[in-house]
Amino acid sequence: MTAGTAIVAAQESERPGRGGFGSLLHAEWTKFRTVRGWLIGLLVAVLVTAGLLLSGGDSCGGPGNSGCTLPLGPGGEAVNDSFYFVRQPLAGNGSITVQVTSLTGETPSGSVSGRVRARSGPGTGQSMRSGLEPWSKAGIIVAASTAPGAAYAAMMVTGTHGVRMQYDYTGDTAGLPGAVSALSPRWLRLTRSGDMITGYDSANGSVWVKVGTARLGGLPSTVQAGLFAASPAYSQVVSQSLGGSSATGGPTLATGTFDQVGLAGRWTGGRWTGADIGGPDAMYPQDPGTFRQAAGTVSVTGSGDIAPDVPGSGGGGGISISQGLVGTFVGLIALVVVASMYMTAEYRRGLIRVTLAASPRRGQVLLAKAAVIAAAGFVTGLVAAPLSLAVGERSAHAGGAFIDPVAALTLARLVLGTAALFAAVAVFALGAGALMRRGAAAVTVTILLVVAPFIIGTVLSAGGTQWPLRVLPAAGFAVQGAYPRYPQVTASYSTVSGYYPLPPWAGFAVLCGWAAVVLGLATWVLRRRDA
Amino acid sequence: MEATISVRGLRKRFGPVLALDGMTFTVQPGRVTGFVGPNGAGKSTTMRVILGLNAADEGQALVGGQAYASLRYPLRWVGSLLDAGALQPSRSARNHLLWLAHSQGLGARRVDEVLTAAGLSAVARRHAGGFSLGMRQRLGIAAALLGDPPVLMMDEPFNGMDPEGIVWMRGFLRSLAGQGRGVLVSSHLMSELQDTADHLVVAGRGRVIADASVRDLIAAASGDRVTLRTSAEPTAAMVLERAGATVAAPGPGVLTVTGLTAERVVGALGAAAVPFSEVAAHRVSLEEAYMELTRDAVEFRAAAASGSAAS
Repeated sequence: MTAGTAIVAAQESERPGRGGFGSLLHAEWTKFRTVRGWLIGLLVAVLVTAGLLLSGGDSCGGPGNSGCTLPLGPGGEAVNDSFYFVRQPLAGNGSITVQVTSLTGETPSGSVSGRVRARSGPGTGQSMRSGLEPWSKAGIIVAASTAPGAAYAAMMVTGTHGVRMQYDYTGDTAGLPGAVSALSPRWLRLTRSGDMITGYDSANGSVWVKVGTARLGGLPSTVQAGLFAASPAYSQVVSQSLGGSSATGGPTLATGTFDQVGLAGRWTGGRWTGADIGGPDAMYPQDPGTFRQAAGTVSVTGSGDIAPDVPGSGGGGGISISQGLVGTFVGLIALVVVASMYMTAEYRRGLIRVTLAASPRRGQVLLAKAAVIAAAGFVTGLVAAPLSLAVGERSAHAGGAFIDPVAALTLARLVLGTAALFAAVAVFALGAGALMRRGAAAVTVTILLVVAPFIIGTVLSAGGTQWPLRVLPAAGFAVQGAYPRYPQVTASYSTVSGYYPLPPWAGFAVLCGWAAVVLGLATWVLRRRDA
Repeated sequence: MEATISVRGLRKRFGPVLALDGMTFTVQPGRVTGFVGPNGAGKSTTMRVILGLNAADEGQALVGGQAYASLRYPLRWVGSLLDAGALQPSRSARNHLLWLAHSQGLGARRVDEVLTAAGLSAVARRHAGGFSLGMRQRLGIAAALLGDPPVLMMDEPFNGMDPEGIVWMRGFLRSLAGQGRGVLVSSHLMSELQDTADHLVVAGRGRVIADASVRDLIAAASGDRVTLRTSAEPTAAMVLERAGATVAAPGPGVLTVTGLTAERVVGALGAAAVPFSEVAAHRVSLEEAYMELTRDAVEFRAAAASGSAAS
């Protein structure tokens, strides 16, 4: 046999200064795509990511209830807008001032400590006892309308959080601290000037302190203003797992007692009318709210909340869009196997010597491999995430559940973040493979550091230890965080519902740090080690 | 650029074992250099050092005057076959060559060329994991030829080959050298290299024992002994001793002469009119020469093995 071409050909086509890393990338890509098992592994990763679904844990309707929905606030987020409103229409600029002398309430038996009163809860038949939720609230409110989700600003006393000014569901500013009572009453005031609503509070009715100002865009000239009371549903998470959280709880009531209701400016007093806003619904079959007027005193009783809806809070409402992505950890296991094998297969039969003889720059070999597996992981995530979200949405609608909406940017971050998560985990697994040279060991270590903390953090730590999701590579799951936390809403804020201890990019930075360290160590070892 | 491999004073220690102890030799273009020595002589380690896979503690190995690791596309300089089993079993033969070609900036056309050259075109798309050892050796050779390199290096290429394959391999190695390439072939069996190698580097205990052409090596091992058959033994012995030779009589009618070439023995006997029936220059086989050279190394290994077994 003869090798046809002349010997000098090799040196002629040597192109100095070009082609080194590009050729290496090309070679590693060819290496990756020519093992069918690895491509199938990536397909499996996509399918299991989209395939693992949760039953909608808490939904606002039953199966088949396709009309189930929540109102959206001015910011586009899903909100609870359910309270008792004693109101009258008021035109132009003006202010409303009130003295609050007490805030009392009733919660389901077994919730907070208090004297049990054998009484039936509002519309439920559950036995109630006196007690307040931390965020039970009563006070004065100026709203654009009585429609659910309308813009508003309010001054209120709360169960345990003192005086607050809240507006447009997400805004929350602290005023005077401490609980309200007949001996320690609170004066509240809201002043309208155009689109601006300013809140003041006072402990004695003469010295006033400004709490905050809210700009309610497009506020009509005639607003609905008056007194309100609301009390969010009591809920306690009993157990939490990948299948969602199960909670016990029920509706609660709050009663605020007001003295010296005063209107000023161009607002002149008319007749007060009371109504439940936002009810009745599945939780409140009958309107629970009332108001009584006697000798200059008004007492208002209401249930519900004026606040953003937090998925997974257990009191009805929407579910998290993140539930569609819960299969990510299973998909990652498949990806980790592929990424580790891509490296350890080199060591299985000594192929690494062929690779390093062809490309003696060992650091570049590892870098090219990392680039290839990162790209493969990214594309896998980029396909898996939208598919999973679509499947999750279908399943939620079929089950009559409502998914709390997220902004378009958040949705894009969920998809790109998941793709980046896949890419970074793949690089970590590759580095572990290069360090340990054995597929089983690399897969085990990667799963223990990346996937296991997520499962543990989700199943075992209902509000407990979350440090593994802060410091271990599993922190990268934070890219799937979907909703902001609201201090003014009591909820479990679980990982299943899309709440992580770190902000998305901080968590991703932790994962990338780990991946970089492992890849750096692997490069160092590969350079020093005889092949 | 001179197409050679140059190995200078390589030393390499693996824990307590001194694998290379001053290994030094050169592979010249246009000929097959046999790299022989018993198992453990350091042949594979030397080849790995040449390819930059193992780092030597001392000394250097250069390919075309450069360190292997500094070559941009090394397979265009040296084609090597160290281990025919170094494959991903689930990758096809063609794809195995394809990624290697891409790593050297080469395309699929070159892959098809070497597949044809190695006689693997018919099985190119089959998984390499299903190949027999002989087919894997051919695939390894195809890989070594990818970059059309001026130097080829093969570690024990005859291993696992059937007699037909061995004949093919010999012809193949000869043809590569005939094209002007330098070829380094290791083996632990000298017989495999007989009629193949032009030049021999004999290694033992991590260093070179002999570095010579096959002819010189045999001549050196044979010495200049001449066997003489004559009926006039005492006269012949006297004449030859006077000419400067040492003479021994191993049997009746047979003399062994050392110190004179066969021509001078014939001349001296003719001048003295001593009758003789046969003069033969003694020649050992390559195998015998090799055994002679490597006896020390083998004995050393056996002693070391029994020593470590005893301790």
